[in-house]
Amino acid sequence: MCENCGCGHPHNHDHDHDHEHEHGHGHSHDHAPSRTIEVQKSALAANQRYADQNRGWFRAKNLDVINLLSSPGSGKTALLERTLRDLPHAAAIVGDLQTDNDAARLRTTGAQAIQITTGATCHLDAHMVMHVLEQLDTSNLRLLFIENVGNLVCPASYDLGERRRVVLLSVTEGEDKPLKYPVMFLKADLVLVTKMDLAEAVEFDREAALANIRQVAPRAEIIELSAKTGESFADWLEWLKTRG
Amino acid sequence: MHELSLMNILLDDALNAAAGAPVCALRVRVGPLSGVVIEALRFAFEALIPGTPAEGARLDIEETAPAFRCPHCHATYHPPIGAYECPSCGATDGELTGGYELELISIEVPDHV
Repeated sequence: MCENCGCGHPHNHDHDHDHEHEHGHGHSHDHAPSRTIEVQKSALAANQRYADQNRGWFRAKNLDVINLLSSPGSGKTALLERTLRDLPHAAAIVGDLQTDNDAARLRTTGAQAIQITTGATCHLDAHMVMHVLEQLDTSNLRLLFIENVGNLVCPASYDLGERRRVVLLSVTEGEDKPLKYPVMFLKADLVLVTKMDLAEAVEFDREAALANIRQVAPRAEIIELSAKTGESFADWLEWLKTRG
Repeated sequence: MHELSLMNILLDDALNAAAGAPVCALRVRVGPLSGVVIEALRFAFEALIPGTPAEGARLDIEETAPAFRCPHCHATYHPPIGAYECPSCGATDGELTGGYELELISIEVPDHV
């Protein structure tokens, strides 16, 4: 896959479209005159190219791909553990800064699980995902989960080539978390309120949480569930089956 | 936390566009949904430029607002973060069309290089 992404060749950008014009705005600077060179290039352009390549690969393999996002400890791995047990033909790619504990835990379900350790990087990017795809046996695979690094900020910026985004909010995190991290929630196709078995113990204010989610994720569906007790888990599995 | 790597990309693009000339300024567009913190971007810029042709350069940041298009009344609107109702018809299912920008718009180089 390295031929596809040009790893090790960091200077393969193309700059064919740059053009120059005079800096004609008449500012009276007290320094030497300067001219402007138009660039118009996104910092995420490279990531977007890899994401588009991933998306093409997923489509060719007929794979439905879900990007799972949340803060650390919201229950992504517990959710996947139960989901992978319930659904055949599903696999997971898991991102963490260190350790392959999560992938090892998910492999106990019998499903394929590949760990990406990002080192100091606070999110997965499309390039990291591209590099592990070749490890996947896709012959019987229909559904691929990408469990992102636990972080409600940075992963929002990186398209991985997924078809849908699912954001988790656990009842132990506080009802106003969606308002604190609105960008992450805005791109969600589904918000899962997790650990509902603990709702009573932590005096979870359900109405406030749902109102806050709707405010920052107006287009997202919401499912409240518990991976521990199985409450509403059937709704989640049903949502996964709809291919949107 | 990822502002350093993103700023590094923007700076690389600026230095490439300058083709060896000193860079006096970078103009960068930042959308509110880009996920970057502007202060962190500035901090990364100051950390990265010493020793490069952009040493001492100015970082001009142009901030944009989220952009939505209403599927019902077809209005386009720019709401604040967290209040996305269509101002014309009150619909809440507007289609997001912009706000994710993080791009190098242009650079300034000395006139006679």
